[in-house]
Amino acid sequence: MSHITAPNPTPAKPASDAHGAHGAHDAHGHGHVPHLAHHFDNLQQQFDSAKLGMWLFLATEILFFGGLFVAYAILRMRFPEVFSYASHYLDTILGGINTCVLILSSLTMALGVRYAQLNNKRGLVICLLLTFMGAVGFLVIKYFEYEHKIKQHLVWGPTFYVPPEAHGHDPAELKRMEEALKSVETATPTTITIDVKDPTPFAIPQVAPKPTVEPSTVKAAARGPQGVAPVVTTAIRTSEAEHSPSHEEAAHPALHLADPHMPPNTHLFFAVYYAMTGLHGIHVVVGMIVIAWLIWRAVRGDFNSSYYTPVDTGGLYWHIVDLIWIFLFPLFYLIH
Amino acid sequence: MTHTSHASHSSGAHGAHAAGHDSHGHPAGLVGHLVPTSTLMAAGLALLALTVITVAVRYIDVGEFNLPIALAVAVVKATVVILIFMHLRWDRPFNLLVLIGSGLFVLLMMWFTSMDVGENIPSMSKGNAPEAQTTLNAKAPGAPVAREVESH
Repeated sequence: MSHITAPNPTPAKPASDAHGAHGAHDAHGHGHVPHLAHHFDNLQQQFDSAKLGMWLFLATEILFFGGLFVAYAILRMRFPEVFSYASHYLDTILGGINTCVLILSSLTMALGVRYAQLNNKRGLVICLLLTFMGAVGFLVIKYFEYEHKIKQHLVWGPTFYVPPEAHGHDPAELKRMEEALKSVETATPTTITIDVKDPTPFAIPQVAPKPTVEPSTVKAAARGPQGVAPVVTTAIRTSEAEHSPSHEEAAHPALHLADPHMPPNTHLFFAVYYAMTGLHGIHVVVGMIVIAWLIWRAVRGDFNSSYYTPVDTGGLYWHIVDLIWIFLFPLFYLIH
Repeated sequence: MTHTSHASHSSGAHGAHAAGHDSHGHPAGLVGHLVPTSTLMAAGLALLALTVITVAVRYIDVGEFNLPIALAVAVVKATVVILIFMHLRWDRPFNLLVLIGSGLFVLLMMWFTSMDVGENIPSMSKGNAPEAQTTLNAKAPGAPVAREVESH
């Protein structure tokens, strides 16, 4: 058995160690069972030990994500209206497709383990390749989702409240805006003056529970003309209905800023959205690295029915990535 | 969790056992449990069907039951993944114990934190805190302006 002493990035430590130790202990009588480490009775016990180690690691992963799930729960308790409002900015269809992509890649991973158990090298390699392609597909769709939102300034910080400029980011325009913001920071609140060439109105979201009573209690917008929400929105709505997108509308594609129903603190939804899906995305990338390594070893013919521990433990990692997404999907995309 | 099948299996899959196929047609020296393709396919189809159903149900408003229903479907899907894809149905029960333990600790953390936040929410104003509003005015001129809700 001319077997690898490759570095082992997965937590499938016991098997790898077992392998390394194997050569040195041939003389002790275990030589006829390849891959079996000296300190294990048999391959089954060694396999179970590796899996227990992997499950302990997966438990830490669940606790890792658990902190973010708690953060999500607190924000949702505190701002339920933000979640039911902002969820509609996410594309349910794209999220649903991504869920299906991950489920299918989990299926091919499970089939891959089966092929490894059956000594079917070709089936194993094909399944691992399909799993890898599923991961790529997931990230591509995720990229389009992120890109769309970031362009519309649906992000986590103060940028959420800055209208994005027309036709991408014009550097001169951004610089002008930065200077305008600087002047705001140095000015006292009562004497805010910002030089805006195109004072297209974007409304102050109406947050008062009784909107029609006194519009004047809503503070005027710091930018733009006197931003009394109801008036402005009627203007925008009628202009939308009457003619094709005008220059003003094209200049401010961030519709959330023009929406009078946007509750305060809506950016918090996007903060927790990017934190959780981002951490999940990092796990997808790590999973891709593990799967690529498995493909390399599978092509080399390292795995057979009595030794496929890395395929199994790497598969468990990939399934936990799927598992996390199964919870993320309804929590972000499926809020009515 | 079928103890009997697990016990009989692990004895059959002992590394030391003789060459040749066992009664189930498993390859010689097989370690672990071989899940039939039909089971895996059925699990995959069930997961896809549940996904399609939840996406469809999203457009039906059932008020406060939306979240519990979505979470219940997610738990069912997670159970399928854990038991079938992750082999936990045929695995040593201790692995399941590790998984359930981690889940319980997450729930415990969520429970305790929710109790604390739930106690504090009535004393919080609905809008931005005054300091936050000042900051928003300076840093983000388009930021929404909040008033306190009178109902408190």
